[in-house]
Amino acid sequence: MYEILRTEELAPKIKLFEVYAPEIAEKAKPGQFIIVIINEKGERVPLTIAGYDAEKGSITFVFNEVGKTTKQLGLLKEGDSIWNITGPLGNPSEIRNFGKVLCVAGGVMIAPMLLQVRALREAGNTVVTVMGARIKELLFFKDEMKALSHRLYVATDDGSEGYKGLNFLKDVLAEEKFDRCVAMGPVSMLQKVCELTRPYKVPTVVTLMPIMVDGMGMCGVCRVNVGGQMKFGCVDGPEFDGHLVDFDQLIKRQRMFLPEERLSALLWELGGCGCGGK
Amino acid sequence: MVVAESKPQPKVKKKAVPIPKQPPEVRKHNFNEVALGYTEEQALEEASRCLQCPQPQCVKGCPVEIDIPAFIKLLREGKYEEGIKKIKEKNSLPAICGRVCPQEEQCQKYCVLGKVGDPVSIGRLERFLADWERARGFTIPERAPPTGKKVAIIGAGPAGLTAAADLAKLGHEVVIFEALHLPGGVLVYGIPEFRLPKSIVQAEVDYIRKLGVELKLGYLIGRTYTIPELLKERGFDAVFIGTGAGLPQFLGVPGENLGGIYSANEFLIRVNLMKSYAFPEYDTPIRIGKHVVVIGGGNVAMDSARSALRLGAEQVCIVYRRSREEMPARKEEIENAEEEGIICKFLAAPTRFIGDEKGWVKQMECIQMELGPPDESGRRRPVPVKGSEFLMDTDTVIIAIGRTPNPIIQRTTEGLAVTKWGTIVADENGKTSLEGVYAGGDIVTGEATVISAMGAGKRAARAIHEYLMSKK
Ligand SMILES: Cc1cc2nc3c(=O)[nH]c(=O)nc-3n(C[C@H](O)[C@H](O)[C@H](O)COP(=O)(O)OP(=O)(O)OC[C@H]3O[C@@H](n4cnc5c(N)ncnc54)[C@H](O)[C@@H]3O)c2cc1C
Ligand code: FES
Repeated sequence: MYEILRTEELAPKIKLFEVYAPEIAEKAKPGQFIIVIINEKGERVPLTIAGYDAEKGSITFVFNEVGKTTKQLGLLKEGDSIWNITGPLGNPSEIRNFGKVLCVAGGVMIAPMLLQVRALREAGNTVVTVMGARIKELLFFKDEMKALSHRLYVATDDGSEGYKGLNFLKDVLAEEKFDRCVAMGPVSMLQKVCELTRPYKVPTVVTLMPIMVDGMGMCGVCRVNVGGQMKFGCVDGPEFDGHLVDFDQLIKRQRMFLPEERLSALLWELGGCGCGGK
Repeated sequence: MVVAESKPQPKVKKKAVPIPKQPPEVRKHNFNEVALGYTEEQALEEASRCLQCPQPQCVKGCPVEIDIPAFIKLLREGKYEEGIKKIKEKNSLPAICGRVCPQEEQCQKYCVLGKVGDPVSIGRLERFLADWERARGFTIPERAPPTGKKVAIIGAGPAGLTAAADLAKLGHEVVIFEALHLPGGVLVYGIPEFRLPKSIVQAEVDYIRKLGVELKLGYLIGRTYTIPELLKERGFDAVFIGTGAGLPQFLGVPGENLGGIYSANEFLIRVNLMKSYAFPEYDTPIRIGKHVVVIGGGNVAMDSARSALRLGAEQVCIVYRRSREEMPARKEEIENAEEEGIICKFLAAPTRFIGDEKGWVKQMECIQMELGPPDESGRRRPVPVKGSEFLMDTDTVIIAIGRTPNPIIQRTTEGLAVTKWGTIVADENGKTSLEGVYAGGDIVTGEATVISAMGAGKRAARAIHEYLMSKK
């Protein structure tokens, strides 16, 4: 059992949890993830680690209340417990002095990107950050990101704040030379970023979150085609060379269980799955 | 008064008492256990067939050398408690082994009765005693006084659980680190409920907990801790690695990443460990189409095919590249599968998968095979027949062509000798190239059996005990 120390609503339906997990806190590094199981009947949900404090023995993660499990998770309060958390999983990010790094984060992944930006900054990089969301209400950590980045751009899909979409990056990339690009966010955004950086040959690292079950290399559901080779998102990743990823296939694979996921969420909301909402 | 002049020769009973089973028509719609187990009467009848050979051959075939005639004799005399004790001297998981051991290739293969009729159903008798004991509640054996030594066991499969139990009995402090959220290894995530009810695995695990073993679930060693850290920083005096062969293999043919194509591991983990047969009560989904194809010919393929049937597939077809004779699955399980209506297509192998516009598999192209000369494994090698490609309609494919060792420990433990197949190098007592580090089970042998993993756990426990007691 893992006790929830603090919860915070960062934006509508986006929540941050700080959980007591001293053994994970001690080992976690930027780029790694955990698997959360909410109760005995729960699924295994991978979530990127957004922070850790070895002294306090805590880790933080941020999630979007979209499916049954994340909605259930969202109902938990400070003092409640999560049944099981496994981690840290996956390979840590490569953090060193690359020179000038472009960091692009979208949606909930803004939270782990903050961790990444801090680490890149500490390693001596110049960091230019782009943070984006669908609409301006879903943006969070703007001040924190601004304080850590050398420069910050904000973008929204509808243009309600900052740039409309990511196309403005064309100009940025045409004007400045970047040594590396790090992208975290929805797959469609990752694909877009890779298209933008490709002509400028900026090495682009993307964090992939394919469907996972075990998260430790045992099932292969997380397989992705990277440069024609089969890679497992959980143990070979989660970070890959974005210019080699077959995004179209990844998007299809992420939708494999969409009907079941919708059914599960719907039944739960109606209180009809026979488990009493527990 | 009549005095018998010579002892009457006992009549040899050639036929084994059949085990009651759920009828195929019923069982193919549920996940309950197929074989129901002997009643007391049936067990006594079957036990009476044993000839009590003075030089028993069966024992030779048992990887852990259970004194088979002795336990059968005790059973026959109604001394069940003593009978199960006799088994447990050598085998700490009899309820499991009685169900899943390939007895036809082990003890029963050597049974003398097998020459004239059916061999004694040793496995079923073992199961009878184990079930009898479980129904009454286990008696917890006494533990030796604490030695003050601490052992870490990595992986809660049959190898790890056995080593843990033996070391705990010897008075050591034992902690099991298991990466998954439930203990049991393949017993919980691989072998389906209808062959091995999970409540039985649970009971065995509870017994091991009662011996004072601590179970830490959700700890992936190599990530949460490494082996050097366990030894140097976490106060463990020895480590046993029982991490199994859990990595799925794929075919490497085009279209393998289409939706609807599962590795057997993914399929079985969803169904068994995550209980997706009870979706949406349990959260993890599974999708089964109408025409399921399973690739492979081993136990894993049988388990996958029979699970798919129970999940509502209209048709399940096993595609195997060799012929029936070469199938590595247990005979009994092949028979069970065919009784349930599963079709086997021999001498064919997939060459590519074809998807629909949504990225879901709709067809599989196969090529016909013929058998050539034997390969390294001694089985005849399948050779493709040129130009014999054909198409099969399918919407769900399960790939069950083998599993390789879990690599995380090997990657994160400096100095640990590993073979080119990724298995850990260990001697017959489980000793590895690192001091205080032992290994056993599938991680050393590659995919094998529950009983051989258990045997390895037992031998390693003995070796670890000697190592700890000789260390100042
Ligand atoms: C579907 C299927 C059916 C089978 N049917 C039969 C049968 O009928 N009869 C038979 O005798 N055998 C059968 N087998 C084979 C048998 O199950 C295995 O040989 C046996 O389980 C091996 O035991 P083990 O303890 O070595 O490993 P496993 O049972 O594989 O257990 C290893 C455990 O270690 C854990 N682990 C792995 N890496 C780490 C890590 N880094 N840190 C912590 N924990 C870790 C795993 O999660 C797992 O729980 C079957 C196998 C499968 C897959
Ligand atoms: S999630 Fe199962 S192998 Fe990656």
